[in-house]
Amino acid sequence: MSGFGAAGELPGWGPDGPSGRGEIFFPEEAHAAAPADFLQELPSYRSVLRRRAGPGGGQDPQGSVGPRAGEARGPQPEGAELAARPLREHALSIAEKRRLRDYQQADIKYLSGWNQWKRTSSKSWKKVLKDIKESLSYLQLWRHDIHSIEGKFGTGIQSYFSFLRFLVLLNFLIFILMFGFVTLPTVISKYGIFNSSFAKISPKSTDSVCTVYTPSGNKGLVYFFTYLKDLLTGTGFLETTSLFYGYYTIDAALLSIVRYNFPLAYLLTTFAYLALSLVWIIKRSVSGFKQSLVHDEDQFQSYCNKVFAGWDFCITDLNAARLKHRSLQYELQTDLEEERIKRKIADRTVKEKLRIYSLRIFLNIIVLAVLSGCFYSIYRATVFSQEKSNNSNDADLQTNLLVQYLPSIVITLANFIAPQIFSILIRFEDYSPAFEIKLTLLRCVFVRLANIGVLLFSLWSQIHCANDSCKACGYNYELYPCWESAVGQEMYKLLIFDFMIILAVTLFMDFPRMLLVTHCSWKPVQWCGLQEFGISDNVLEIIYGQTICWIGTFFSPLLPAIATIKYFIIFYVKKISLIHTRKPPGRPIRASSSNFFFLVVLLIGLVLAFIPLGISIAHIPSSKACGPFRNFNTSWAVVPDTILGFPTGLQKVLNGIASEAFAVPFFMVVCLIMFYFIALAGAHKRVVEQLREQLVMESRDKLFLIRKITEAQKCT
Amino acid sequence: MAAAVTCEAEAAPGGMGGAGSLLPREALREYQELTFLSKQEILLAYKRFSELLPKEQRENACSLRVPKSRILTLPELRANPFQHRICRVFSTSEEGDDSMSFEDFLDMLSVFSDSATSDIKSHYAFRIFDFDDDGTLDRKDLEKLVNCLTGQGEEASLSNAEMEQLIQNILEESDIDKDGTINLSEFQHVVSRSPDFASSFKIVL
Repeated sequence: MSGFGAAGELPGWGPDGPSGRGEIFFPEEAHAAAPADFLQELPSYRSVLRRRAGPGGGQDPQGSVGPRAGEARGPQPEGAELAARPLREHALSIAEKRRLRDYQQADIKYLSGWNQWKRTSSKSWKKVLKDIKESLSYLQLWRHDIHSIEGKFGTGIQSYFSFLRFLVLLNFLIFILMFGFVTLPTVISKYGIFNSSFAKISPKSTDSVCTVYTPSGNKGLVYFFTYLKDLLTGTGFLETTSLFYGYYTIDAALLSIVRYNFPLAYLLTTFAYLALSLVWIIKRSVSGFKQSLVHDEDQFQSYCNKVFAGWDFCITDLNAARLKHRSLQYELQTDLEEERIKRKIADRTVKEKLRIYSLRIFLNIIVLAVLSGCFYSIYRATVFSQEKSNNSNDADLQTNLLVQYLPSIVITLANFIAPQIFSILIRFEDYSPAFEIKLTLLRCVFVRLANIGVLLFSLWSQIHCANDSCKACGYNYELYPCWESAVGQEMYKLLIFDFMIILAVTLFMDFPRMLLVTHCSWKPVQWCGLQEFGISDNVLEIIYGQTICWIGTFFSPLLPAIATIKYFIIFYVKKISLIHTRKPPGRPIRASSSNFFFLVVLLIGLVLAFIPLGISIAHIPSSKACGPFRNFNTSWAVVPDTILGFPTGLQKVLNGIASEAFAVPFFMVVCLIMFYFIALAGAHKRVVEQLREQLVMESRDKLFLIRKITEAQKCT
Repeated sequence: MAAAVTCEAEAAPGGMGGAGSLLPREALREYQELTFLSKQEILLAYKRFSELLPKEQRENACSLRVPKSRILTLPELRANPFQHRICRVFSTSEEGDDSMSFEDFLDMLSVFSDSATSDIKSHYAFRIFDFDDDGTLDRKDLEKLVNCLTGQGEEASLSNAEMEQLIQNILEESDIDKDGTINLSEFQHVVSRSPDFASSFKIVL
């Protein structure tokens, strides 16, 4: 009944309280009853209970402690400000809100006409906004599916499926962008619709040998499996379609009277989709970020977060509830144990520390060795595959396909084996459990994304030749007359293979395992049990696919459409697999930290995608035989070219912005602004600390005074 | 001054909905204004609420109270360890039997809906977690809260030492004025910094 409980439990009271500061007051049991009455009559307590409920609506929710006689019931001048808050934001029951509303409406008569109109118009405006929001929310894709997953498995797994939905929408938007600005004008002008035509400017001042490009295209009557092979590898008839870069060999499109600068459009659309992805991801991740900048605590690991926000109120299934109880218990016990381990770690001796650090350095060297092994095997596989496919004749479908898909196979194997090795190694490194998980995840992310980088690097090493034979065009024109299409084909193969692997794993590993566990009651099988739904593995898988899509869209403009369809199908595959063949993870996953983690890794993938794209656009000479950038040295060169066509005033301004005379002062100003905000944040932190200490002091003063009052009362 | 519109008014069929949705338009509009629920959600709530009543009483579902045992059969509540506290907090029944009327039910759904402000959610979360209804979360309340989370049964609860350590950590993080209890402002402060609260404190029919 009182907030004190037994006398000895008060923290901060007594010389050995947890605060460590010696107090000279000893709590006495005789006071246990009296202070409680006083506390409940304090103005702060009562006002906190009612929370500015306004005049006439203030029923004490705790029951009948104390009379309500003290409240004024007449119209008050602050009724106007209180009414500005929407009715439903008051923490009252509906009947009480109704009374409050009637009271406010009576109050309106005392206001001037202007205020009346202002209030009614703001009300109707808010209503209109609300209706729009409501109708928009019904258009959300997969709303019902995700809601049912949430009910059965909790918000952690639901966040994975929301993430998948986000990627479907992102890819769809990127596809619309590329289609609208790149593919559509090309198709329109090539087929002469709407009286349009295209201009093919003859290439200037380059050797004619660079401009020879004869894709095999449609060879007439061929075997069916040639079509299949072409479909799977992007060569043959697929190479000449709008799927790949080589199709877009126009320099300008003339749509009736408008001259559409096609190369510039291609480049700007590439920048636009990268910027769109960046902005959207940052917008989604901002909400997880805000609070952690002011306070030092790790908000995701805080006990309050786990206890007060621990239970998912949307769980409807009794089994899921049982699992949730168990996982919550497990999580709390693990965290408490981790705290004990941390205290133990702090007590390590120097000798132990040396031993552990040398062990860690040794294990990290092994990790680096594993990584180099992966990279080297990917490099060799790519080189081998490219050499073989360039010298091949369509001899044998299987070996040809195998050779073409060799880099994808090696990458998938590396992505599978390396994380297993990492999770074994990390056990020896003796970190705290939470840090172990973070570090393993970081290493897996790095492996997956770096593998793509190594693939691209090995492709470029093929396209660039070491000797002088390609001096004429800057790239290996004999083997790769249209090297962008070749890179596009590799990305296409990676995407298709990734999709096939996900389907194959679900079909050939999850379902048989589920059938085995359900129908065979042999002990070891039952002990193995169903596969857990590992959220981080699944997420890394789709982020890997998304990075490929970002890099590949420049070389293959219709790739986002394939990615959209791929993620669409994967949603249903994963949903069915989750419901029938998987069990929920033993270690609980929190929705907020998952969301944050997904978006951070996605951002890393996007930033890593900038690098190969930047190098291709700005550094490597564009192919002279195909594509919109034939007449430029590099793809980027179209931008300075266009600027030269602007009026001189604008040219001067743009040149000024790009020069050092502008960049250095700009950088200095940005640094100054940053320092100002850092100083401001530091000052706020200090103020927060001081206010906290003051609050503690005030509370002690209050309790001290109350005790004095009750003592004084006793004496009289 | 109480110009309240109750459901006993003309029972015109309201908005969309199948058979039995006899919620009058006026009441629907009023509930939309007084709660965070949308029109469809209110109608769905009405449908589910009237299904809890025996057939012959479904006509005036608005004015009846459903006993607690029937409320707890809802799938959204039956798996919830806080089911009894929820019924206690939202019930406005004078007899103290925790039965809920339709308006109590709407109140509950409104607080747990997606569009409710975090202020409202944290206010009601505080009341739900306050097991002894004394206006503060003291050690006993926190102990009962943790036991609700980890489940019933002997092997499901934490040991005494672990419970002590856990409650100590919670108080360290949230008890700003160091009086050994968490009052409403401290609770709202710590919950506003908790990133999971908005997504977990949610019930959607």
